[in-house]
This record gives sequence, C-alpha cells and structure tokens, in this order.
Amino acid sequence: MTTGQKLRFWISERIVMIIAVAVLLYLFLPVAYTFAFSFNNYRKSNIAWNPEGSPTLKHWQDPCGVEGICESLGTSIRVGFIATLAATILGTMLAFALVRHKFKGRGAGNMLVFIPMATPEIVLGASLLTIFVQGFTRVGLKLGFWTIVLAHIMFCLSFVVVTVKARLQSLDPRLEEAAEDLYADPRSTFWRVTFPLVLPGIVSAALLSFSLSFDDFIITNFISGNESTFPKFVYVSYLRGIPAQANVIGFSMFVIAVLLVVVGQVIGSRRRSPSS
Amino acid sequence: MTALAHIGSTGAGAQTPGGPAPEPTKKGGITAYLLLLPGVLWLLVFFVAPMAQLAAVSLQSQFPGYPGYYYRDVNFGSYVTAMTEYLPQFGRSLLFAGAATLLAFVLAYPLAYAMAFKAGKWRGLMMICVIAPFFTSFILRTIAWRQILADEGPIVGALKWLHVMPSSGRITETGFAVVAGLTYNFLPFMVLPIYASLERADPKIIEAGGDLYANGLTTFRRVTLPMSMPGVLAGTLLTFIPAAGDYVNAELLGSDSTKMVGNVIESQFFKVLGGFPVAAALSFTLMAVILALVFVYVRRYGTEELL
Repeated sequence: MTTGQKLRFWISERIVMIIAVAVLLYLFLPVAYTFAFSFNNYRKSNIAWNPEGSPTLKHWQDPCGVEGICESLGTSIRVGFIATLAATILGTMLAFALVRHKFKGRGAGNMLVFIPMATPEIVLGASLLTIFVQGFTRVGLKLGFWTIVLAHIMFCLSFVVVTVKARLQSLDPRLEEAAEDLYADPRSTFWRVTFPLVLPGIVSAALLSFSLSFDDFIITNFISGNESTFPKFVYVSYLRGIPAQANVIGFSMFVIAVLLVVVGQVIGSRRRSPSS
Repeated sequence: MTALAHIGSTGAGAQTPGGPAPEPTKKGGITAYLLLLPGVLWLLVFFVAPMAQLAAVSLQSQFPGYPGYYYRDVNFGSYVTAMTEYLPQFGRSLLFAGAATLLAFVLAYPLAYAMAFKAGKWRGLMMICVIAPFFTSFILRTIAWRQILADEGPIVGALKWLHVMPSSGRITETGFAVVAGLTYNFLPFMVLPIYASLERADPKIIEAGGDLYANGLTTFRRVTLPMSMPGVLAGTLLTFIPAAGDYVNAELLGSDSTKMVGNVIESQFFKVLGGFPVAAALSFTLMAVILALVFVYVRRYGTEELL
C-alpha cells in the first residue's frame, strides 16, 4: 500500500465509526429529552421548560402523583405478564411441532404464523375490533383488560415461534443423538438435553413478548375500551400536556431494561466461558 | 425492546455447527397435532376469524336513514369510496414508508457495519445502545421529537440562524417530519438484521475482495453488500410494513395534509358514524397491497428462511 492508500484506508476506517456513533447519538436524543424534562418544574411539562428554570426532583419523589398514571402502568405490566406467559407456552409448542415433526400442512402452519407478522398493526387492531364488537360482545366479552390480553397473546405468538424456531434449528443434532446412544429414553433426552439447550431461545422469546406487549399502542388503542395502558395514557394525555411523571416512568423503564440486559449478558458470558 | 436484541441474535445463532439446519426427523403422529392444536386454534380465532369478519364488514351496506347500522351484503361500494376518496392518503403511506425505509437503510448500514467489523470489544456496548432507547415508550419518544423539532425548538432555531431555512420555515407538520419520525422509530429493526448477516460473514472474504478489487467502493458493491442481502431484506420488511400502517407519527408530527392511510382508518372507526365499512375496506386493501409487495419482493431478492 502506498502512503495515499494508507491515508485513505485510515480515514475510511474511522469514517464508518464516526457515522455509527452519530447514528447512536441520534437514537438517544429523545431519551435524553425525556430524562431532562423529568426534572421540569412546569405544568405543561413536555412543551416548554419552566420559565424560572430551576429543575426539580419532585416528580421523581412522587411518580404516581398524577391521576391514572400508575394504574395504567400496572395494567401494562399485568397484561404483559399474562400475554407473555400464554404466548411463550403456545409459541414454544408450535415451534417444536414445526421444526421437529413432519406432518401434513406444515407449510400452511408456517404461513399461518408468518402472515400476522407481515400484517400492519392497524389492520390487526381493526379486525379485532370488528370481531370483538360484532361477535364476542354477544357472549358477554366487553372491550377492556381481557380483550387487550387476548389480542396481545395473538400478536406475540408469531414472534415467539420465530425466535424459538431459530434456536431449535441451530441445535447440533449430535447432542441428542449422543444422549440416545447412551440409552436415555426419549423423555429424559428431551428434558435433560433438548429443553436446556432450547431454554435460552425461550427466555429471549419471553422477553421479546413482554417488550412488544408493554410498548404496544396501535392495537391496544383499538380494542381497549375504557381501560388504559401506559402508552395509551401518554398518548391521551398528550393533548392536555404530558405530566412530568410520564417522563420519570419512561426513563425508569429504560434504566431497568438496560440493567437487565447488562446483567443478562454478564451471566450469559460467565456461563459460556468455562465450557468453551 | 429486547425484540430487537433478539432479531440480532437470531441471525447470529442460526449458523449450525454442522451446516444447514437438519430436516425434521420425527414422524408426524398425534404428538405433532397436539403440539399444534392450541397455538393454531388461537391464531384461527384471533387472527383468521377477525380477518374474515373484517372482510365481511367491508362488504356490508348501511341501513338507509340509520347511520351506524349495517346489514350483511356483498357491496363493493366501500372499496370504491376507499380507493377514490382516500387515494392520496394511501399513496402517501406507501411513499412515506418507502422513503423512511430508504433513509433507515442509509443510516443503519454504517452502524451495522461498524458493529460487525470495527467495534471490537465495544460491540456489546453498541448493541445495548441500539436497543436501549426502545425501552422508553415509543409514544414518549415521538412526542419528544415533536418538541425537539418544534418551531421554537433548538433545531429550527439553529437552521434559521444559519439561514439554511427561511424565517417562516418549519419542520413539524410537514411530510419531512413524518418521514423522519418513521425513520427514527423503525431504525433498530433495520440495524439488527443487517448486523446479524454481516456478523455471520467472514471478514477474510471481504479482505480478499479488497485485494481483488482494490477499490473500496467496488469491494463493497460486489462483496460486502451481497453477503448482507438477507439482513437487508429482513430489515426493509421490518421497517416498511409497520411504517406503512403507522398513524402515530403522522398524528403527532404531521398535519392534515400529511395524513396517512392509518389515520383515515383510525378516524373512520372512531370518529365517523357509519364509517366501519370504509375503514374495513381500507384496512383490507392496505393488507392486500403490503402482502403483494412482500411476496414480490421476497421472490425477487430473498430466501425462504427469512422470517
């Protein structure tokens, strides 16, 4: 390489990193805004900074200080847990069937799982609304908490299947063959070899479900009736001015999630290192 | 969202130690159907049946003189209304989603490339940085953008001070703001699949490409980009589909003249008495158009293993 080429190479190497860091900053900008405005001592907290300018800690001391905010957060968390549990169980079963078994209609099964993911949320919300309003209400199901749960299980399901499927497909079949060679019966092969190997996939599928459910707004808005989830609370209160407490909760979720990811990675790397 | 973390790791994990994934070995039998039954039933009741109901609603007719009351019919009138009255919003949805997908690709590729090949020990941290913002509710972040881009906000102020923008210029309530919001919201869905496919690629091949073509751009075009195509394909779908159906960005960042089809569907459902059939027809058309685009696109560029 000539000096000129070296220089060009040096720059091109750095330029990619510079752009990357700039894009990351762009991703973080609204989060920083949320953090800053959680200290805003002003009635309409997200629209302008308090003219007197002094930041306040009062919203952090009383995050539930606005009517309905913590109720909606509680609803989001409860919906998230129930939907995650159900979608993870149903989805894992589906994934096992689709990857491990040959049966008539496997292609159709894959298609049935794929199409909900390729459908825009608004169409899912609209279709659920029509059937809830025109069909299910006749059996006494009102729009509210349970319709949100039913809908969330549905849209999380496909993502669970895809996640667990990927993990199952990447398993080394030799491990299970080895267990069978050692005279393990199918049941103990499954519970002592297959399942522990698939478990990380199931765990990330569950985390994925929870975060999809927790942050969903479009579908929820269609089928929630008078029930409010946290994203819906923020959206509805936008017109009147978002309370600073919403920023506190939004930023706290960010911190909690980052901590969980970091702890997860540390545990993951510890578990991996002795074996490799 | 861990969602995103996962898309990344799915791709990375998909490399089997012994080559391509093994074909299913077990015979079907009763176990397969028992495993399938609950999930399939769920999807039939809460996906297929609602879609059928939506189709039925789109064909319903209104009782004359009783707004909000419909009867079962096969009336394509709602589709005609949907496609004549709301064509601009429909076109705008596809246009905005396409522009946002393109912009997201331009921003995401260098980031994914840096993570895969340049980051070294910082890779994990960068991954967290891509995912982390998505734990703050997307509604909150979109509203934050509205304030950042507002007329009295810092960005508009700076642009006016630099005379890049006329003094009457604004960013919010323009199509540009909506596209920017869409780009921002779905960017990680573009970054992670591209990263996953680049990470799987052997850097030695790219080096060899560099030796072969010398020119960096040619290497990129002939070697790096083709290797990351599965990721680019997945990323464009994961960005385009939700962007085309979104109405939150157009609602919060746009104005009446930037409304997308999602806004029409939402307001026909909730604000217009007797709007159900037209809203259903619009939803159905949107889904049909998107599925058609997806299938053509995947056929043309893609592989089966994608999603």
